[in-house]
Amino acid sequence: MTACPILSIAIFAPWAGALLLALVPRASPALSRALALVASLSTLLAGFSAIARFDPNAAGYQLVERHAWVSALNAHYCLGLDGLSLVLVLLTGIVAPAGLLASWRQPREVRLFGILYLVLQGCALGVFLALDFFHWFLFWELSLIPAFFLIKLWGGPGASRAAYQFVIYTLAGSAFLLLGFVALFVASGSLDFDELSRLAATGGLSNRLAALGGFWPKAVFLGVFLGLAVKVPLFPFHTWLPPAYAEAPAGVSMFLTGVMSKMGVYGFLRILWPIFPSEIHAAATPLLWLALGGVVLGAFAALRQRDLKRMIAYSSINHVSYCLLALFAVAAGPLKSAAVASSALGGAILQMFNHGLSASALFLCVGVLEARGGGRRGIGDFGGARSAAPVFAGLCGIAMFSSIGLPGLNGFVGEFLIFRGVFGIVPWAAATACMGVLVTALFYLTFWQRVFHGPRAGVSAGAFPDIAGADRVALAILVALMFLFGIAPQLLVGLFNPLVTAWAGGLPTP
Amino acid sequence: MRLLPWTIYLSLAGAMLSLAAGRRSAAAARWVALGTAAAAWGLVLAAATGFSPSALPQTLVDLEWIPSMGGRYHLAADGISMTLLVLTGLAATAGILFSWNIGERTGEFFAFYLTLIAGVYGVFLSADALLFFVFYELAIVPKYFLIAIWGSTNREYGAMKLALYSFAGSALVLAGLLWAYATGGAHSFALADLASAAARFPAGQQVAMFALVFFGFAVLAGLFPFHTWAPTGHVAAPTGASMLLAGVVMKLGAYGCLRVAMPLFPAGLAFWQPAIAWLAIIGILYAGLVALVQDDCKFVIGYSSVSHMGFVMLGLAAANPRAVAGAVLQMFSHGVIAGLLFAVVGRMVYDRTHTRRLEDLRLLALYRLLPFAATVFVIAGLASMGFPGFSGFPAELSILMGAWQASPLWAAAAALGVLIAAAFTLRVVQLTFFGKSGDGESPARSGTSEASADAAWLLRDRETQARSAALSPITWPERAGAILLISAAVVIGLKPDLLLNWIVPSLQSPLFRAVIKGGAP
Amino acid sequence: MNSIPMVLGVLHGVSSPLTGALPLAAAELDYAGLARALRPETALVAGALAILGVDISFLRRAKAALRLRAAVAAASIAVVAALAFCLRTGSSGEVFGGVLVLDSLGTAARAALLCLTLVVLGVSAGAAVPRRPAEYCAIILFATAGFTLMAAAQQLLLAFLALELASLSLYVLAGFDLSSPKSAEAAMKYFLLGAISSAFLLFGFSLIYGLSGTIDLTQIAIVLARQGPSPLLTVALVMVLVAFGFKAAAAPFHLWAPDVYEGAPAPSAALIASGSKLAGIVLFTRLLWPGLGAVAGEVSSARSGAGWLPVLAILSGASLLLGNLAALAQTSLRRLLAYSAIAHAGALLLGVIVVGSSGPGPVFYYAATYGLATAGAFGIVGVLERTGGSLQIAGLAGLSRRSPLLAGCLLIFILSLAGVPPLAGFFGKFAVFAAALKLGGVAGPAGWLAVAAILLSTVALYYYLIVVKQAFVAPAPANPAPIAVSPVALATLVAAALAVIILGIFPSLLLGLF
Repeated sequence: MTACPILSIAIFAPWAGALLLALVPRASPALSRALALVASLSTLLAGFSAIARFDPNAAGYQLVERHAWVSALNAHYCLGLDGLSLVLVLLTGIVAPAGLLASWRQPREVRLFGILYLVLQGCALGVFLALDFFHWFLFWELSLIPAFFLIKLWGGPGASRAAYQFVIYTLAGSAFLLLGFVALFVASGSLDFDELSRLAATGGLSNRLAALGGFWPKAVFLGVFLGLAVKVPLFPFHTWLPPAYAEAPAGVSMFLTGVMSKMGVYGFLRILWPIFPSEIHAAATPLLWLALGGVVLGAFAALRQRDLKRMIAYSSINHVSYCLLALFAVAAGPLKSAAVASSALGGAILQMFNHGLSASALFLCVGVLEARGGGRRGIGDFGGARSAAPVFAGLCGIAMFSSIGLPGLNGFVGEFLIFRGVFGIVPWAAATACMGVLVTALFYLTFWQRVFHGPRAGVSAGAFPDIAGADRVALAILVALMFLFGIAPQLLVGLFNPLVTAWAGGLPTP
Repeated sequence: MRLLPWTIYLSLAGAMLSLAAGRRSAAAARWVALGTAAAAWGLVLAAATGFSPSALPQTLVDLEWIPSMGGRYHLAADGISMTLLVLTGLAATAGILFSWNIGERTGEFFAFYLTLIAGVYGVFLSADALLFFVFYELAIVPKYFLIAIWGSTNREYGAMKLALYSFAGSALVLAGLLWAYATGGAHSFALADLASAAARFPAGQQVAMFALVFFGFAVLAGLFPFHTWAPTGHVAAPTGASMLLAGVVMKLGAYGCLRVAMPLFPAGLAFWQPAIAWLAIIGILYAGLVALVQDDCKFVIGYSSVSHMGFVMLGLAAANPRAVAGAVLQMFSHGVIAGLLFAVVGRMVYDRTHTRRLEDLRLLALYRLLPFAATVFVIAGLASMGFPGFSGFPAELSILMGAWQASPLWAAAAALGVLIAAAFTLRVVQLTFFGKSGDGESPARSGTSEASADAAWLLRDRETQARSAALSPITWPERAGAILLISAAVVIGLKPDLLLNWIVPSLQSPLFRAVIKGGAP
Repeated sequence: MNSIPMVLGVLHGVSSPLTGALPLAAAELDYAGLARALRPETALVAGALAILGVDISFLRRAKAALRLRAAVAAASIAVVAALAFCLRTGSSGEVFGGVLVLDSLGTAARAALLCLTLVVLGVSAGAAVPRRPAEYCAIILFATAGFTLMAAAQQLLLAFLALELASLSLYVLAGFDLSSPKSAEAAMKYFLLGAISSAFLLFGFSLIYGLSGTIDLTQIAIVLARQGPSPLLTVALVMVLVAFGFKAAAAPFHLWAPDVYEGAPAPSAALIASGSKLAGIVLFTRLLWPGLGAVAGEVSSARSGAGWLPVLAILSGASLLLGNLAALAQTSLRRLLAYSAIAHAGALLLGVIVVGSSGPGPVFYYAATYGLATAGAFGIVGVLERTGGSLQIAGLAGLSRRSPLLAGCLLIFILSLAGVPPLAGFFGKFAVFAAALKLGGVAGPAGWLAVAAILLSTVALYYYLIVVKQAFVAPAPANPAPIAVSPVALATLVAAALAVIILGIFPSLLLGLF
């Protein structure tokens, strides 16, 4: 219990901003944009002040706020922070404003756009900070609605269908998730993640669930798993993602891929793994295959795409799957040493952050191309853009290389740690995953070469102004951060390393 | 607390008054009606503040009534009744606000309306089965007129169907109650006496009596397959009436099942439990799927009511404190949410656009013309999907938990219903309000530079204004009513304890403990 | 009436043994008491004669409307006086050696009958003016006198005479509208069938007398209890029940009802439907339970023993079914009321069945409140017909616009007939069915009938709702002229409607009398 409820502030500041926007009906577009940007920057502020109070080496959650809420459901209003959450809060703080900057030019109903965007941001923060299922689920579900309208109302031609598909898929997952927690509550009488995981660590939970008999204990695990897997998305539950990301306006795609896809991974680390350690261990091998499927097939699918946005979408499937690959590998065991585990897990967290940066940057770039091309964003629609827009080309290239994992850029560290860890546990998986890396490089290079090199063709044959204004600022910031965290990853690692080592230490090692 | 019976008398007096006032001016009738409904609700809220939850119902009035038959004028309230009384007051007041545009025979409308309300208050307060039944029927007849006179799409059919279904249901109830009363030899209609008398019956007889009474009530609760009156009735009814219909009248049936049928014949419940649960689940899924393919948005909401009441019945069938508490909470929540949905579709949209066909509505992209209505509808839709943060979520959550306790399969099947609900609600929301936009001609990608895009945008804005000029703006009663209902849904969604702390203790009364078993929530 | 000399013969034949059989000797016959007990009837008859006299001597030249008003006023005074006497006398037990009995049932029934007559008189003030108003009212009074006697008679002879007095008056009332052939037809039908039924009744009575050697119901009970059933008695029972069925318009003896209800002048129909039914029910209740209770039989279990209860049960079931189903097909309001009357007759017979177990309370409450509601309904029919409305249900369209008060009364009467709480009709049904179910639950015919009746009430609701729908929902005709209703009639109707509501909310007002 801290004097100043910094976490609540972090969550509700964007919502307050949204409310403010809603209450100023006559706000001019410019004013609305400014307001939205300020409100969304609040997260970064909150993140920093949280870092100031945060002690990386202390175990357990910090800055905890806990109040009784629903007695009948034994639910509490419980917020807390650890390295994992903190990293994600920072990520949100970076990506969200960037997304707003990227949509600076969108002309339609700026106010409504800002409101929805801020609500979405608040929900994401809530998911990262809530420690009690009752309101974690509140934020988790609620995040869908602003996302739905952002895609539907400002999206491309197929937006309605894409948005509907997106929400229904995720809700289907959530229904199973809900059912799973219903079972957990009936078994344990608690909805608190911490309590549940402690109970699970002693094995008491699985015993109580076993009392259900038959298929049901597995069903509970499956339910929660499905709910999270759809959100990530884990192959083969990913089919909603490409259309949704492709149809959404650039700024929203940035947020979706940068932050929302992390919600699912976060759920895996925060909920599924601690609460169902034995189940996840039992199911590790098939899960590994799924993750690999995401890595490899995601990459190949991206290679096949002609639509740049879809390409990035598939690539983010591929990148997110790395995180899960690491987690499943650790869960699969057997661990030769805690070190591999900690490196794999640390890599996973780092990868979440890095992918957030690079993927959102890339969506921003595609958005710029799209704006230039008046909606055309096929890989064949461009050519020789570099000569027309050198700055843009440069920044975009850096983002790609960070995404490929070029040493010196942020993407490298995370993937390297993951591979090191996974190789130490399940070498064959690591080996297969390498194929993913190669293909990733392949399609990014095709992208680079087709769009920026060669004679100016297609859209870029005509007037092709260089990146400017808000887009430029946003992209520049993102790229700068890529360098920063590529060169000094310990800035982040320091935040969650103790946590990860604690996790790894808790694992059975011979 | 002692003043609660006056809710009944007030409403009846209000009915007379507004009938008289209607002779002079419609406005007078409206204000009289609003005044009485609000006053009655005020009484309830005042009582609620002073209400200390207890296991046994707290007697308010207990007078000789029909000594020769052992009927007493016995009014009492426990947490469950309090919950539903609050709901009644809320729904009644909001319903009147949304009936503000009733132009013809206004006085009569509100007279019937308030009589119905009086009956509902009476049902929720009665502790004597005979009295309960009298009020129950008192609530049925006015419905017929409200729909038949002021209704819309083939109203006379809908009204007659509804009246006959309800009456047939109550005939079953009457037969069952009389049978239990006559053969039990208790010479009293007090629920406790009836129960103790019924306890002596052979199990077979209890099973039969339970079937009569429970399914008789279930007709009004819209339990599959007795639900078919509900969609037609809701669609035919004028907005205010369908708000009441879905908001409180369907609750009468569920309340009867809970208050009368279940405590009286525990053996009957034990026998019928699985059947009821599965009927409820079928109702949830079937109604949901039907709602998914409707073309008339009011039908969608009508079927969604059936689906939601299915959750209530499932909670009752699970018969453990968690589930039943959830069921009562769901009664409240559905009352509020269905009211809200009908208000938007029936009053805000239909009365302006004069169409309810989704095909037509999606061409209007109403969210630009009626932003307030759109916001309300989205919020109501979320609540109706059982989104956390709204009253539906804690209710459905604890119903699912209770159902899981009873049988995981039930819970699993019902959870599927949650998904379907989300699907059709989302569909109706986007088709009703967010139809046209986002399908391609948004300027951001219309191939022009952004400057001309802005111009194009302004152009479209002008058309929008032109069109919205055609639609009369949302009036203050609509805003007031909508805000009232939304705040109720949100407050209870964020603080369900407000009601659960009333409901849970009353499930510990001896009558309920005999039938509602299992660990306390 | 050819049966009169027979009656006299019987009287002569039995007088000596009869008096011998009586507990108290003829010498002690208390004529003063008899006079006191018969004060209401006296008032009625005197009133009737006065009306006739005054009309003939002073009002010959006056306008019909005036004559009607005068006659109604006088008649009402007479009825009120009778009512006062009746209440003053109170339940003073047996009178004149048990010829009459003024038990609680008798008193209540007499009072109720007088009130019903008041209603009928009131509405006749608003209905079409008959050609000879004075005679009309006078005959109503005679009929009422017959009713009140029926209500108190405890002896076959008096019972029969009272019945005949009432019936003859009703025949005349039914045919009173000389301008309408329908009225004449109604009177003819009513008269023929009525005469046959009284012949049956008389035959039955004589057989009973032959078996028991007495015409005093209490004595008959004793004797029959000793003798037990016999073929002859069976025949007698059949005869009596046939007559009863006719009087109560129970299927299959209901054939006269629709035509009479349709053809007779509205007030006459009101009286036939309300007063005569109540009186008949009371009379036959006395006849069957105290008199023939020994051979009642058994309806509480599936294997019901021989006796008249099973027969009544069959009649009741038939009436319930036929009345409710046939009513669905009606387009004329009067015929609809007629068939609903048949359905109600079924419930009333059920009420008679349960008298043995739960006393006369339920059936009396039912008959009285039913009479009130149906008289009111016919009153409205009369008012509407006078102002040129048609007999058709469709003719009610827009009533709520043309005369809201009338529509409101109609609503209350109809819903009461439908048995919707909190109106009186519901508690009548409720009490009767509860009593019926007390006879061994659903094990026997009584229970089955009760359940069937409850379920059929849904059917009933349908055709009743059709009526109120016309009045309230259907759009008014092209020229919704407001209906002019005579204040007296309107006041009567409103009073009746209020009575229906009050008796519904406080059923103990009547149920508590027993």
